[in-house]
Amino acid sequence: MLKPVRFVPAGTKIRFVDKRRLAFALSAIILLSSVFCLTSLGLNFGIDFRGGILMEIRGSGEVNIPQIRDKLSTLGLGEVSIQEFGKKTDALIRIQRQDGAEKEQMAAIKKVKDRLGDIFDYRRTEFVGPTVGAELKEAGIIAVCLALLSILIYIWLRFEWQFSLGAIVALSHDIFSTIGLFALLQYEFNLATVAAILTIAGYSINDTVVVYDRVRENLRKYRQLELSEVFNMSINETLSRTMMTSVTTLLALCSIYFFGGEVLADFALAMIWGVCIGTYSSIFIAVPILLYVKLKRGEGDYSGLQVPEDER
Amino acid sequence: MLQFPAWKMTLVVAVCLIGILYAVPNFLKTEFGANLPNFAPGKRVSLGLDLQGGSYLLLKVDLDVVIKEYLEEISMEVRKKLRKARVGYSKLGSTGASVVVNIRQEKDFAKSKKLLDDVDPNCEIIFDANGSVKITPREDALNERKLLALQQSIEIVRRRIDETGVREPTIQRQGTDRILVQLPGVDDPERIKALLGQTAKMVFRLVDMSKSVSEAVTGRVPSGSELLAPLVESAGDPALYLVKKRVMVSGEHLIDAQATFQDGQPVVSFRFDTSGSKRFGKVTSENVNRPFAIILDNKVISAPVIREPILGGSGIISGSFTVKTANDLALLLRAGALPAPLTVLEERTVGPGLGFDSIEAGKLASVIGLCLVIVFMVIAYGLFGIFANVALFFNIVIILGALSALQATLTLPGIAGIVLTIGMAVDANVLIFERIREEVLLGRTPISAIDAGYKRALTTIIDSNLTTLFAAICLYSFGSGPIKGFAVTLAIGILTSMFTSIMLTRFLIVLWLRGKRPNSVPI
Repeated sequence: MLKPVRFVPAGTKIRFVDKRRLAFALSAIILLSSVFCLTSLGLNFGIDFRGGILMEIRGSGEVNIPQIRDKLSTLGLGEVSIQEFGKKTDALIRIQRQDGAEKEQMAAIKKVKDRLGDIFDYRRTEFVGPTVGAELKEAGIIAVCLALLSILIYIWLRFEWQFSLGAIVALSHDIFSTIGLFALLQYEFNLATVAAILTIAGYSINDTVVVYDRVRENLRKYRQLELSEVFNMSINETLSRTMMTSVTTLLALCSIYFFGGEVLADFALAMIWGVCIGTYSSIFIAVPILLYVKLKRGEGDYSGLQVPEDER
Repeated sequence: MLQFPAWKMTLVVAVCLIGILYAVPNFLKTEFGANLPNFAPGKRVSLGLDLQGGSYLLLKVDLDVVIKEYLEEISMEVRKKLRKARVGYSKLGSTGASVVVNIRQEKDFAKSKKLLDDVDPNCEIIFDANGSVKITPREDALNERKLLALQQSIEIVRRRIDETGVREPTIQRQGTDRILVQLPGVDDPERIKALLGQTAKMVFRLVDMSKSVSEAVTGRVPSGSELLAPLVESAGDPALYLVKKRVMVSGEHLIDAQATFQDGQPVVSFRFDTSGSKRFGKVTSENVNRPFAIILDNKVISAPVIREPILGGSGIISGSFTVKTANDLALLLRAGALPAPLTVLEERTVGPGLGFDSIEAGKLASVIGLCLVIVFMVIAYGLFGIFANVALFFNIVIILGALSALQATLTLPGIAGIVLTIGMAVDANVLIFERIREEVLLGRTPISAIDAGYKRALTTIIDSNLTTLFAAICLYSFGSGPIKGFAVTLAIGILTSMFTSIMLTRFLIVLWLRGKRPNSVPI
């Protein structure tokens, strides 16, 4: 019979919680750079939110991008970006939102098609008007907030409020740094990105809940043990599971990234980052932060739950 | 642990079998599916437009126009009543959401109050001491009009699209003023957009012969007439027409229109209903040898001279038509006029090539992702990894079956959702197996360790899955089209994976325990 391989040996005792200051510093750097990227570079909103036109075309041979650019530059459509998309035969054309109402946008699509002619296969044409763009933006923000809120309430009901605070801090950390990454890389921020962020939220909280479950269990079991000891023990006990699930999810995501086609690649990339940061934050942020909230230990037992001397 | 009640076994086997039954049609050739007996579920997963190719259009109905028309109707009625009673008035017109008029003389105040009180039962009417009258339609009356216009618009859009021969279009109302149109297989919606972009209100009006067009352009346009541009500018026709405002016959009375040929030229023939025929006959009898303008959306198609009375109720529209424009006009007239103009708010069109490529890429990514996870699970958990893999396989089968049975739409992000579920579905098993390992280390016997592993891991599994489910629900409520598809597969995947990774693996492990009676757990 196959002998199972233990990737995390039994009895592993890594003192994660002791490294919390380093982790907090690292996270502070990540978050500050996210703020910096967001304010200085801003997000590269896709047409879903900004409104505008996107066309994916395929030529019979290699597409000559400078030639297409020349052809379209005389149409007076404002900012037009053209880039190769996945293959040498494919190109993606992005056209900024045209002045005026929806009618002008429609006219622009027609102009481009007329100018480029039938030598191209129009694989995809997307147009989002200014009205819908604004609505999608609003809906996206509401959805993310709603997801955070419902998770917060659920954790609050299942655990004590202190846990729900820690979970939300960790979760916001993951979401914020993902948005920061998109600003840094100037990747297109579109509907799929919002979907990725919500899924990251789901994944990250999933990870945190598993560790918290163990923390709660151990808090009841070892009432006399110091908090940081309990935390270290809980993280180590769930470490094998955390790693296993991260790896299987990453395997699936890498498969989407490399084989799932160009459209899903950005989505997969956001998710890969999300899984990594989500795993990191459950261990290094979500649990250590419990040291700083007044955690209740068992019924009426408040002994030994103070913040350690050196942390006050 | 060894007790696994018979009903649970039956349930596990039944769910897996039903899953297979519903999933199988997706792997059969279409011809084969047609020959299945009736009781067999023959439905396949319905593919979103981004996978099968097609066009998604979100249209807005400009309902302000409807309200404007309503107010115009009211002011016309007011004018008629006041004139009939010889009441002097001024400043009749509409401001925002009401019609206002000034009664000139104080002696007419009481009289006009009586007259206008019943101008429209759905209006609020306010008279003030200075003789100014404000008529405001009630909110519910306005809403009723708007709703009616929206419903009519949907009907007309449906008729127009049906006429173009698109297979299985979906036309749905969205919100209070929007229409969602989904056209599978349409990769160039330009023609449909052009057809939907016209209200296609056709009217017949007399040409004003009292002045020439050039006089009207330089001088004053006679009241009751207006200058209109031609629909198609061509060399032979005048650049403008001076046409009387009064509508003689309107397009509502048309019952048929067809594109045909007359003297080798494409024309459109039409036929009126009985009342339309009567009016058309009367007008043409009274105006022989005068030009009669045929007007579409305030543009003149042509203005032929009436040679003789047309009493049969049918006629021909000639103009600068090509075969295509004649066909389109006939189609628009047959389908009827839209009560209000439509604008395209959002368009997403995917060609069949990209759709096919996306499906292929999705399949490849799923298979490779699945293989990687399967291999990894066997390496990490050995025999138990195989149990988890069987559960994973059935999980995917049940997801496919559920998607087919519910006829939920599978989109490209939806495929990503399935692949992601492959990665996350094993999580429950990982939790259970890790727990079993711990219990074994504590010195429990195999059966008790496995039992404890399942029991202890359960709350954690439920907690962690429910939170992901919340995220999926938020995603569903926010998302449009493709993103909704992602949320659906993710949610279905969470539910099915909880079933397969808890119940099914347990079932397999019980069978194994009963058969082998092992002394140690190979985990």
